[in-house]
Amino acid sequence: MKSTAAPLLEHMDSSMEEDVRECANHWKDKEGNLIMILHEIQNRLGFVPREASLLLAEETGVPVARIYEVLTFYHYFKLVAPGKNNITLCNGTACYLKGIERILTELERRLGIKDGETTEDRLFHIETVRCLGCCGMAPAIVVNGKTIGKTVPTDVAGLIEGIRKQEVGHE
Amino acid sequence: MNNTSLDNLRKCLHRQVPSVADEAGWIKVGLDTGGIAAGGERIFDLISEAVATAGLDVCVRRVGSRGFAFMDPVVEVNRPQSRPVLYGMVNESTAKAIVQDYLIHNRMIDDHVVAERNCSDSLDVPTSHILIQDTSCEDGDKSSESQIALQGVLKGCGLHDKIQVVRALDMGIYGEGLVLQLYPSGVTYYNVLSKDLQRIADTTLIKQAVLKDLLWTHPDPQLRVVLRNCGRIDPESLDDALRCGGYDGFTRALAEGDPSLVVDAVKKSGLRGRGGAGFPTGLKWEITQQSKGERKFIICNADEGDPGAFMDRSVLESDPHAVLEGLILAAYAIGATEGFFYIRAEYPLAVKRVNLAIEQARERGLLGKDILGSGWNFDVQVRLGAGAFVCGEETALIASMEGCRGSPHPRPPFPSVKGLWGMPTCINNVETLAAVPWIVDRGGEAYAAHGMDKSRGTKVFAVTGKVKYPQLVEVPMGTTLHSIVYTICGGVQNDIPFKGVQTGGPSGGVLPEKHLETPITYETLQALGSIMGSGGMLVMDENDCMVDVSAFYLKFCVDESCGKCAPCRVGGYQMLQLIIKISRGRGCLDDLEQIRRICTAMQSASLCGLGQTAPNPVLSSLRYFEDEFIAYIEGGTAYARKRKKALSEGNPLKEAI
Ligand SMILES: Cc1cc2nc3c(=O)[nH]c(=O)nc-3n(C[C@H](O)[C@H](O)[C@H](O)COP(=O)(O)O)c2cc1C
Ligand code: SF4
Ligand code: FES
Repeated sequence: MKSTAAPLLEHMDSSMEEDVRECANHWKDKEGNLIMILHEIQNRLGFVPREASLLLAEETGVPVARIYEVLTFYHYFKLVAPGKNNITLCNGTACYLKGIERILTELERRLGIKDGETTEDRLFHIETVRCLGCCGMAPAIVVNGKTIGKTVPTDVAGLIEGIRKQEVGHE
Repeated sequence: MNNTSLDNLRKCLHRQVPSVADEAGWIKVGLDTGGIAAGGERIFDLISEAVATAGLDVCVRRVGSRGFAFMDPVVEVNRPQSRPVLYGMVNESTAKAIVQDYLIHNRMIDDHVVAERNCSDSLDVPTSHILIQDTSCEDGDKSSESQIALQGVLKGCGLHDKIQVVRALDMGIYGEGLVLQLYPSGVTYYNVLSKDLQRIADTTLIKQAVLKDLLWTHPDPQLRVVLRNCGRIDPESLDDALRCGGYDGFTRALAEGDPSLVVDAVKKSGLRGRGGAGFPTGLKWEITQQSKGERKFIICNADEGDPGAFMDRSVLESDPHAVLEGLILAAYAIGATEGFFYIRAEYPLAVKRVNLAIEQARERGLLGKDILGSGWNFDVQVRLGAGAFVCGEETALIASMEGCRGSPHPRPPFPSVKGLWGMPTCINNVETLAAVPWIVDRGGEAYAAHGMDKSRGTKVFAVTGKVKYPQLVEVPMGTTLHSIVYTICGGVQNDIPFKGVQTGGPSGGVLPEKHLETPITYETLQALGSIMGSGGMLVMDENDCMVDVSAFYLKFCVDESCGKCAPCRVGGYQMLQLIIKISRGRGCLDDLEQIRRICTAMQSASLCGLGQTAPNPVLSSLRYFEDEFIAYIEGGTAYARKRKKALSEGNPLKEAI
């Protein structure tokens, strides 16, 4: 098992390995723990890389196929690294009715990516979720953890520019 | 056995609860997800700083949500020796003003004060403030003019130094002209004309007599059972919960020492599952109590799936101990050995607060071994969902908790007989459980006293969409849709004509204007082709397109179908293609027949509730708004393009066509 996994593990630094081991250990004695372990891995790493799944299979004895069956069934788990700046749009009913689609179209047009994708420079990632919990502010989006309510399509250009400027400033 | 007498139990539980002097001032900031999104944390910090700088002995506290989503962030202020005042839409400058102007100088802040909902008819205390708002319509607000006029009248009687006239943010009364509320008495006048102002000053302010002809006497249509403590207590403090009657129901049950008494109380209350299906809770508990198994589980279903509803999240974030107490009571009643919360991972704050509540309860001996010295053992864990709507269905939820894909299983066997890890399992919704402590403490009859026909008690609804004041409401069963949409939530935004209200989310249906006067019960909604569901209520105006809305809900169900059975997997997809075809103006009348046929097949042949109910939004749209589908079919692509353009520009439909 070790030898087949080795080539894939080459990108994995030791801290990830440690993370995965810790997560698996934490939930070791609990029944039906697979989903909770995956949650913890994603919490730490931001997504569930293939290497982590392989290692988890080794740690827990659960076949990789079953781990992937679970990972792919549940929308919450991410298999690829998210972008540097995440824009989450609420596609709950209230936001849908108040025109979130127009915001999404504008974002997709300006960034040249679709819902759920990341730009080539990995600077932006957009995704849609259901009800963010602030329907009073519909249509709502979350930009890097900060909620912005009552958005209109004309906000989009400024938003993207703002983030780009900030990124340039950081370099 | 004497140590489990009610007195002893309560004493032992309340021993460490520090008392708070309620006369002392306090400030409560609503910090649920909505409040935080609206910047509540910053407000909390600003107010704390300002209080410290001013050297005031006022305690600033975190609470959950009162349900007023439209006016987040919300801050409640209690000046020493006064009645609490609610401020809404608090921004940075309001936060400072709350401390500087209100706390220190007793000057309320214009355009942020929210009037008390429970109006009074007795003037026992002299008036110090008058809240004023023109409630007639959104634009052309005459509140400022009326404020100036009233100030003038007060000046004429020499009262202007004693009484402040404040423009209110919201009075809870809509379309009733100029509304005035006296603070602190709560006496409220409506449809006040300028000629009445002098009369109010002479009679009410000077002679302390109520003007019967102007008095607002309508009782608040809301009744808070599940939301009893939401927005009033600190959700991260067990002491706060205990001070407000938390765990009183549980200590009572434990002192009585007979689990079947709990089942009886819940049976008498007539409580039915609030997760959607409306199965009688007492009966479910009785069945699970009688099932035999080495272990027995109770699960709180907090996987709130309706993509526009936030009742369960709000309760978990605002009063987690109420749900936990309900879960403990359920466990006690059915003899469960272990309990679980299955919470959506997308609700991190709810997860955090529930985990904290569990820890606190364990520390205080409410969970674990030998609970409060009774010899009974029970403990609770949290498990997370992972973004699959179907996992709200009970057999899929169980599969997910076992660490598998969330695919439903055929029932029977029902979970109450063979559930989690093959053991008897009782699954209840958050709202169902949150009502239980109230029922056990006050008796089933008290709960059953509210409601209509076979739907007893109260129901929480999350009213959103094109409504003026989106919020969480709790009303007795049997309240009309009209009362919720218009009386409580102020009607349709921008005064555009009402089109329909969608209840029950992706499993429910839409009800048109002609059914607005329907009293809401499980049965009435079902008869009209919708369902109660978990309590999402989406208001739509004339500009909304029912073909699009049906497609939205159906697409949701297609995306969320687990794919296990063909009627749902294939039928849903095909129906969606047909609706999309119609919405592009390429449909024909036969398509409508075909859609209906697929609906029938899905309803009868799908394995689980998702597939069985997915046709509901489409069927009810066809039932009440078939002409819209036909307009697309007859108007063809030209009509569809025009329609799409109008919608994307947000233009009213009539102008576009
Ligand atoms: C597709 C589907 C989704 C559901 N989602 C939820 C949910 O999010 N929350 C919930 O409490 N019940 C949900 N239910 C209902 C549950 O299966 C179950 O009836 C309920 O949790 C039982 O609790 P109650 O009797 O207290 O309502 C769902 C059912 C189906 C078929
Ligand atoms: S009805 Fe749909 S969600 Fe339910 S089991 Fe069948 S395919 Fe899965
Ligand atoms: S639907 Fe978007 S925040 Fe609720």
